[in-house]
Amino acid sequence: MATKHHVVTRVNGEEVEFLCEARHSLLEALRETLGLTGTKEGCLDGNCGACTVTLDGRLMDSCLVLAVEAHGREIQTIEGVASPQGLHPVQQAFLEEAALQCGICTPGFIVSAKALLEREPNPTEERIRWWLAGNLCRCTGYDKIVRAVVDAAARMAEVKG
Amino acid sequence: MSDVQYAEPDNLAGVFDALERYGEEARLLAGGTGLVNLMKQRLVQPGALIGLRRIEALRGVSRQDGALRLGAMATHREVETSEVVRAAAPLLAETYRQVATVRIRNVATVGGGLAHADPSQDPPVALVVLRARVVLTSKDGTREIPIEEFFTDYYETAIAPDEVLTQVLVPPQPAQAGAVYLKFLPRTADDYATVAVAALVELAADGETCRDARIALGAVGSTVLQATAAAAALRGQRPTPEALREAAEQVRALVDPVDDYRGSAAYKRDMAVVFTRRALEQALARARDGAR
Repeated sequence: MATKHHVVTRVNGEEVEFLCEARHSLLEALRETLGLTGTKEGCLDGNCGACTVTLDGRLMDSCLVLAVEAHGREIQTIEGVASPQGLHPVQQAFLEEAALQCGICTPGFIVSAKALLEREPNPTEERIRWWLAGNLCRCTGYDKIVRAVVDAAARMAEVKG
Repeated sequence: MSDVQYAEPDNLAGVFDALERYGEEARLLAGGTGLVNLMKQRLVQPGALIGLRRIEALRGVSRQDGALRLGAMATHREVETSEVVRAAAPLLAETYRQVATVRIRNVATVGGGLAHADPSQDPPVALVVLRARVVLTSKDGTREIPIEEFFTDYYETAIAPDEVLTQVLVPPQPAQAGAVYLKFLPRTADDYATVAVAALVELAADGETCRDARIALGAVGSTVLQATAAAAALRGQRPTPEALREAAEQVRALVDPVDDYRGSAAYKRDMAVVFTRRALEQALARARDGAR
């Protein structure tokens, strides 16, 4: 039997605990152990951004972080983006701009875009493209996605008013 | 993959103990962006991982006795955004900013990146030009080596099995010098370089003679390469466009690229010359502007 490690962490504001092996990635723990399948598995080597989450507020590829390293930390996944009141402005903008087709890359894009807009409420298009480099979409091309992020920035500015 | 042990010591003494306990089975885990990938590809199959994230002494970026001190566990993003780095060595902030994506830079560490020793990485190229020194610590003491001696071959470094890379010391950029890191990216913004060049040009007090030039290249050899002949051709000379062109031509014989999907060896050799010339031109323009 492989050695199991006991990990206590917070996911989307709630304390959770799980067992994992040292070789397991955070992505595997989220999807297979905790059943949070919104975070997607793409390339598994840090190129595609489908598995993007935030750990202690910082964006990262969950396929490249070991689950044991999540102990004592704070994780945000796509499941924590919407509130009981409704979709997050980034989600609403993606929907209205039709910024997705198959949807596999969408959670990663939304988590990344939200992190950008929380730091920089009014980014230029160039800045958005630079920040989203490494979130790969293989269906739509990137124009609608970039437009959705611009739109989301405007929505968030309005809410703040 | 078979069973992997995991330890997260609180201090360096604990790391040395774990290295002794697990011997050759052990691998140090810094950010993990390199090692976790190698494990998935089964290129590395460690019996034990020793996580370094709890060790306070390895963190942070600061000024120390005039030099810039990069803790081994400082992330790429910390170096990219640090005001201390921007003031002392803007070339370094500019270079770390060009590594992969923000998701990688948030996790990948200074020490982990250097220990990974992939010859296509960005930071080593700038660190060679800045004459950085790598600090290696074991139970028996500490030694400091110049960064160009740290990289010994493709994915190979001078770190002994009982040593930990604890920090990198970087002298500040000379005030009269301009420096630049140029990364040739024909595909995407987050790719590895097809050819990478860092250049530093320092002007003499007359503002017209080249007092010092330093040039290094990445992605065109089994380690980062120092273009000493090209740099020597400029020292003490007036850096005319023709002199820069002739100096850049010297790297043609130095580089040893391989054919891959980023370009043929012949193309990379040509581009090494072109990007060296451009890097020298831009470094010189910055030196003249006082922009560093």
